[in-house]
Amino acid sequence: MMPASGYALAPAGPQAARLAHVFWVFFAVALVVYLVVLALLLLGVLRPGPAAMDEPARLRLVALGGVLTALTLIGLLVVSIRGGHQLNPMRGAKDVLTIQVIGRQWWWELHYPGTAPDQEVVTANELHVPVGRPVLLELVSRDVIHSFWVPELHGKRDLIPGHDSTTYIQADRPGVFRGQCAEFCGTQHAQMGFLVIAEPEDTFQAWLAAQRRPAPPPESLSAEARRGQHLFQRTTCVMCHRVAGTQAGATMGPDLTHVASRTTLAAGSLPNVRQHLRRWVADAQSVKPGSHMPPTPLGATDQDDLVSYLEALR
Amino acid sequence: MKLPRLALLATATVMMTTAPACQHETHDVRPSAEVSQAGPGVVLSTLFAGGVPSAIAGTLQANQENAFAMNEGKRLFDAYNCSGCHAHGGGAIGPALMDAKWIYGSAPQNVYDTIVEGRPNGMPSFRGKIPDFQVAQLVAYVRSMSGLAGGFWAPGRNDSMQVKPGENTVSTEAPVRAPGAPPP
Repeated sequence: MMPASGYALAPAGPQAARLAHVFWVFFAVALVVYLVVLALLLLGVLRPGPAAMDEPARLRLVALGGVLTALTLIGLLVVSIRGGHQLNPMRGAKDVLTIQVIGRQWWWELHYPGTAPDQEVVTANELHVPVGRPVLLELVSRDVIHSFWVPELHGKRDLIPGHDSTTYIQADRPGVFRGQCAEFCGTQHAQMGFLVIAEPEDTFQAWLAAQRRPAPPPESLSAEARRGQHLFQRTTCVMCHRVAGTQAGATMGPDLTHVASRTTLAAGSLPNVRQHLRRWVADAQSVKPGSHMPPTPLGATDQDDLVSYLEALR
Repeated sequence: MKLPRLALLATATVMMTTAPACQHETHDVRPSAEVSQAGPGVVLSTLFAGGVPSAIAGTLQANQENAFAMNEGKRLFDAYNCSGCHAHGGGAIGPALMDAKWIYGSAPQNVYDTIVEGRPNGMPSFRGKIPDFQVAQLVAYVRSMSGLAGGFWAPGRNDSMQVKPGENTVSTEAPVRAPGAPPP
């Protein structure tokens, strides 16, 4: 699942389409103005001799230039304001899916509310949305100002601590789109990415149902994974991470109940494969220096067991 | 004559602007494997068969003069839910940490032992659960709450509304008490 390029001019949602439209109108007008100015400049440079024009004619020409410029700018202003007003076409729409997005240094926590507390889904750095359905994002920050930005879907929206905001997005076609924190938020701001996975409604519902399940019971785990779980609960992991259905219930770090089902590790920094998972668990600071994940100095066998456990959390 | 004077001036300027950097404190984001262990660490006897017993002693001492360590300690104090019992230092189920009373001693090693070993009547042992370098950061912050860090080093200010004076304005002589409270 490779994400698309993060190109704002290949819109996949109504807001991004409007923004792209405003961009292209501005681009076309600016191009015409540029060419006209260059042509007039060339004319002035190439014309032989001094200008033979009386004072009133010269003034009329200047006035004409002023009026044309003002009209062009007013036209662009109208396009821009209209584009801004139409940015929220889903306000008051029915069948809206609400997702809470919490920005943390330096990853994204995602809450899909349920009808009961045990129906709520908590995941990280991978926003699954159904295609063609408006999604209301409640944007919350737990530490500093972050900014939610998926170029293919919408413009940027800041997450301000103590001042929650909302925005709508909608994916019109299935795909994987890369998002990124767009407001400098500290050492690892550049490594604070996420994926938006737009999928058909039934695939989305199947994913949601899978995410609602607690972690697999210990009896279904391999011997290594069982040892890994023991290590997880005995050492530092348990102080920050949650694995639903076990004793690990902390909420400081990403929820790991279904960590193996995600595409990336550490907020889009690494592909989620065994060798990278092992490196991240052993020495996260070599991947994201300054991140709040401390090193886990375990022996090689212990690390293998721990990684086997994490890989079993599908 | 003109050139040497200019060179002298330039050298002096460079020295004056870069000299403060010599005092720059270190932000150790990759602590050594030794202090990353969440090991036993606590020393029950002063009799050893050679060598210094605890690798953390040096870190504990260095953190007393390191604002970054205190700030990390402040973050971890909430992250590891110390506030759950000690209520940001004011005390609730657990004792207050911003007064001058220390049941088990105020020396960095005492506070370290309290966190790692636990204490009777409620304080759990975090042995094996928190890496040693983070315990040392918590120690620096806990001591700063009652002014033991002195006035030169302080954690960052609160993100929420300030309900008590900043850690760097707390005096060791006069511990923080609510105005009008009876003397202890």
